[in-house]
Amino acid sequence: MEVAVNWYLALSAVLFTIGTLGVLLRRNAIVILMSVELMLNAVNLTLVTFSQSMGDPAGQMLVFFSIAVAAAEAAVGLAIVIAIFRSEVTVDVSEITLFKH
Amino acid sequence: MASPFMFFLLATVAVAAGLGMLIARSPVSSALWLVLNLFCIAGLYLTLNASFIGAIQILVYAGAIMVLFLFVIMLLNLSALPQLEDVNWGAVGGFILGMVVLSQLLYVVALEFDLGVEPVSAEAAAQVGAAATLGEMLFTKYALHVEVAGILLLAATVGAVMLAQRRFE
Repeated sequence: MEVAVNWYLALSAVLFTIGTLGVLLRRNAIVILMSVELMLNAVNLTLVTFSQSMGDPAGQMLVFFSIAVAAAEAAVGLAIVIAIFRSEVTVDVSEITLFKH
Repeated sequence: MASPFMFFLLATVAVAAGLGMLIARSPVSSALWLVLNLFCIAGLYLTLNASFIGAIQILVYAGAIMVLFLFVIMLLNLSALPQLEDVNWGAVGGFILGMVVLSQLLYVVALEFDLGVEPVSAEAAAQVGAAATLGEMLFTKYALHVEVAGILLLAATVGAVMLAQRRFE
């Protein structure tokens, strides 16, 4: 017995929603970045599911480069968090108002 | 694709770990829940016979990226920060928005759209997901893309060092 493609897509949708909720609800900048990683992973799961179901390796190439971009994004995002933490001494996004004045 | 038991086990743990990341009080707990979630997704890749991507997922995501997150959390000593997780109307609005997104996504999945192609056999899928197939494509058809990705990672590394060194005064 096989698991239908739709189950993988539904799981991916649930994981994407959890990531969305993390971005919307949490105020810690690092947890927000981690939620973005979770959303990227949900999309990668969809890509791999379709790629394996259709027998086309191009989808997994896209996932490979998506993981590379995610690594770059995490490095730059965390560097920005460190830079903000040095001047503001907080990672709470509701207290970071660099553009307010 | 693998047995339904493995899929539902991994899917349940992945969703539980995602929710754990969402509601954990301390950032370190959030990061460790996310590591568990990433391992479960790697297992799901293996149930899809995508062995190469599964290995990359564990190496890059659960290994490198999450170590980077944990390192930054410990560098900033975030556990000393006050917890500001009280429920407010913004959070309620965010939760409603999230549920709207979920219902939209599940509605599209439930439409049972026709892909136009039959799912390939497990043997063919294992061959597509093998490191040999993907590696050959990486260094022939996608060779330029690999170089561009390398330049991107170099630029991100240099940029991250520059950003982390600069002082905003």
